[in-house]
Amino acid sequence: MPTAARYTNTAVALHWLIFTLVACGFSLAVYMVDLPLSPYKLKYFSWHKWIGVTIFLLAIARLAWRLTHRPPALPANFPLWQRHAAAATHALLYALIVIIPITGWLYSSAAGLPTVYLGIVQLPDVLAKDKALAAQLKALHVVLNYAMLTLIITHVAAALKHHFVDRDEVLPRMLTWVKSRRRKQL
Amino acid sequence: MMRSTLSGLLVLGSCLLGGVAAAQSVVYDKSRITCVSRQMNVPVEARFKKFSAQIAFDPARPAAGTARIEIDVDSFDIDNAEVNDEARSKPWFDAHNFPTAKFISAGIKSLGAGKFEVRGPLTIKGRTLEMTAPFTYKEEAGAAVFDGVFAIKRLQYNIGEGVWKDTDTVADEVQIKFHIVVAAGKPAAKK
Repeated sequence: MPTAARYTNTAVALHWLIFTLVACGFSLAVYMVDLPLSPYKLKYFSWHKWIGVTIFLLAIARLAWRLTHRPPALPANFPLWQRHAAAATHALLYALIVIIPITGWLYSSAAGLPTVYLGIVQLPDVLAKDKALAAQLKALHVVLNYAMLTLIITHVAAALKHHFVDRDEVLPRMLTWVKSRRRKQL
Repeated sequence: MMRSTLSGLLVLGSCLLGGVAAAQSVVYDKSRITCVSRQMNVPVEARFKKFSAQIAFDPARPAAGTARIEIDVDSFDIDNAEVNDEARSKPWFDAHNFPTAKFISAGIKSLGAGKFEVRGPLTIKGRTLEMTAPFTYKEEAGAAVFDGVFAIKRLQYNIGEGVWKDTDTVADEVQIKFHIVVAAGKPAAKK
């Protein structure tokens, strides 16, 4: 069965949308945490939570799409260890975009601060207020985020290496505006 | 039976004689006064850990009841040291200059079915406004339990000045909840 050379438009859109939101949510978090208390700080925390909830919803949609749409095949000459490494990195990234928002939500709950999505929909609090637990969940939320940052750097480095060093067909699968070398050669 | 009737009469007697509810003592470790503010529409509860209350109330004669509550605003606790400090600071409660919030009842009436309403001046941060609060009265294990919720507008009391006047971030309306347990009778009358 021939597989498409590129990810579907939906998969590409979800990938870049989630990436943009992750980048915004992460930078906002790094900026806001040490700000002195102000109305802005409260706003930023709310925005950060809204971004997290949005990422979670998009991640669920993306996983559903991924499970029902076969991704494009990797180039035939792809070494086995790279196939495994790529599969593992992708699986972990998929897992983290679902798990990290959940840890943020649980941390919020344990801190006694419910999450009200877009200031409209209040999420249920599954955890009762518990300061010690909140501190642990905060640490978990932070650690997982830095783990994700590390994975993203690896993921980007691998993509760039494939494009500029190996000069293969990996990057155009997701960067649809990058011309496929194969087509150019045809 | 005789004894509790007797102490009841004594309480009634002391009230009639104008003695302030000395016979009713608030059980502080079971009583709570909390407030719920909305930050970006997120409800956040804080507690006033220290307050004193004198309550004289007979559900059969609500109009004769009186309540006087003094809250130590410095005891505001939202479980976050930074926010606690902010709440005590000048733009908020200004606890240094206005350490006490005070409510003195001016009248209590029955709303029927175990519900009542108390009204009177509420002073916070040096400003006094009339307020009314509905409450319920229950007797549990020989104690009187008062539960009520009412809302105030924080800006009317100048709570949250400067940048904090923005009500998009912290809403103007703040709910105050009270749960006050009063042990019936004098300690000596305990069974």
